[in-house]
Amino acid sequence: MELNGITEKILKEITDWDGIFSGAYSLRENGECISFQNSDHIRIVKKEDKPGIDIYISEKASGETVYIPACVTKSDVKDLVYNDFHVQSGADVIIVAGCGVHTDGEEGSNHNGIHRFFLEAGSHAVYKEKHIGFGEGSGKRIIDPVTYAEIGDGAVLEMETLQLGGVDSTVRDTKAVLSKDAKLIIHESILTDGEETAETKFAVDLDGEDSSVDLVSRSVARGNSVQEYSSVINGKVRCTGHSECDAILSENGRVNAAPALNASSTDASLIHEAAIGKIAGEQIIKLMTLGLTEEEAEEKIIAGFLGA
Amino acid sequence: MLSLVDVKLDLETKDNLINGVSLDIMPGKLTVITGPNGGGKTSLAKLIAGLYVPTSGKILLDGEDISHLSVTDRAKKGIAYAFQQPVSFKGITVRELLEIASGNEMSEMKMCRILEKVGLCAREYMDREMDSHLSGGEMKRIEIATVLSRPAKYIVFDEPEAGIDLWSFTSLIDAFETLKKDEDRALLIISHQERILQIADYIAVIKDGLITQSGTKDEVLPELMDGSRGYCPKGKEIF
Repeated sequence: MELNGITEKILKEITDWDGIFSGAYSLRENGECISFQNSDHIRIVKKEDKPGIDIYISEKASGETVYIPACVTKSDVKDLVYNDFHVQSGADVIIVAGCGVHTDGEEGSNHNGIHRFFLEAGSHAVYKEKHIGFGEGSGKRIIDPVTYAEIGDGAVLEMETLQLGGVDSTVRDTKAVLSKDAKLIIHESILTDGEETAETKFAVDLDGEDSSVDLVSRSVARGNSVQEYSSVINGKVRCTGHSECDAILSENGRVNAAPALNASSTDASLIHEAAIGKIAGEQIIKLMTLGLTEEEAEEKIIAGFLGA
Repeated sequence: MLSLVDVKLDLETKDNLINGVSLDIMPGKLTVITGPNGGGKTSLAKLIAGLYVPTSGKILLDGEDISHLSVTDRAKKGIAYAFQQPVSFKGITVRELLEIASGNEMSEMKMCRILEKVGLCAREYMDREMDSHLSGGEMKRIEIATVLSRPAKYIVFDEPEAGIDLWSFTSLIDAFETLKKDEDRALLIISHQERILQIADYIAVIKDGLITQSGTKDEVLPELMDGSRGYCPKGKEIF
């Protein structure tokens, strides 16, 4: 497969691509699917009524990985895509998504991925998503992902999302509904710098008995960047919910956090933790006593904090 | 040799923290600094590691004046410092911290050897984050392990016994005894603990920012233990 250099660069950044994807994949470039491949247990079908694909993961998938990266390589691309994941009962799958936006002109580009997950009872999916932006152009790089998940009885969805700067603006909107014994684990990391803005919103309905959510959001706001965090966990039955929002500020960075817990059952156990502040001076000093410079120490602390 | 020459320290918050201290710390020897709380022991350790800059006086490392070198530069010159209060890091694992300390990637076997010295099992701990999920005692032991990982020539431990259980303390004493056999490394321990004083080569007592007693263990310890000089470490708890 012949790819342009920017697409290759994006793929290397957001996936473990080394010239080839083994197994199922769908590669999107500048608003079009340019290549895809099915595997024995994962079938990718192009949507007829709108841009996007349906990904069918069979019960026989066991630890298989499917890649669905999206690359925007130039200015003035407005990409909107609808991807639906249908995970059959008993399936165990890793979904590697992610998006890179490169602009080289004055016009901005954006990618809006609307992802829906339908996890049948007892299935397990790990969703890994990395967003990057780069390029010399002044055009804005915008990524606005929307995620909706229905998690069936005893099913588990783990989401690891990472955005490490270069994206001028992002609005992330994540909603999930959990059935009995279902589990949702979210680890989100966002770094903003310069004039970048990031907004992330979570709404989780714990509808099924003994369902649980563990939502950890870590953010770093540098330069003049601004981040907004909001989460709502609704515990309607016996369930457990934990959300944690930690932010590191440097320079003129700003973070606003608005976590909410709504419990309408005496057996709903919901916890929220939040901390916003600069890097603790003692952390930098400790790493300096191990031989790092102040700048290296700060980078190490931020990389560890974000899981980068 | 690491030498403090008439070192004084005033801080904005307190004057005369260190009031003119001269001390030589020699390779191949274990020097223990002891004395009452608030006497200046930790300030002295921080002066050596570079966390504080002396108001006057000099700190010489093998003859070179390092009084105004940064913490990083002193670390690179071979000074290691174990904090009295360990520092937590969200997202940084024990393995990463030990690798930063050693300056290299570490095999599991090497990590085992180091963590064993502080009574921890590498397999259980190396991938855990250095955060509040660890107990104070576990953090303290990992803090000591980071310093044991360092290829340092001058090693400063600030109250290593605090927060350590008895079993781990015994293996820590063994680690100190092994370290002091190394002719190229100098060990400085701030401690109240009698068992650490027992393995010292030299002891200095610091009170009100001044060294009030110093000499070999045989010279200083008997007087300390009978309390005739106003400070006795006898009965100091290690927990």
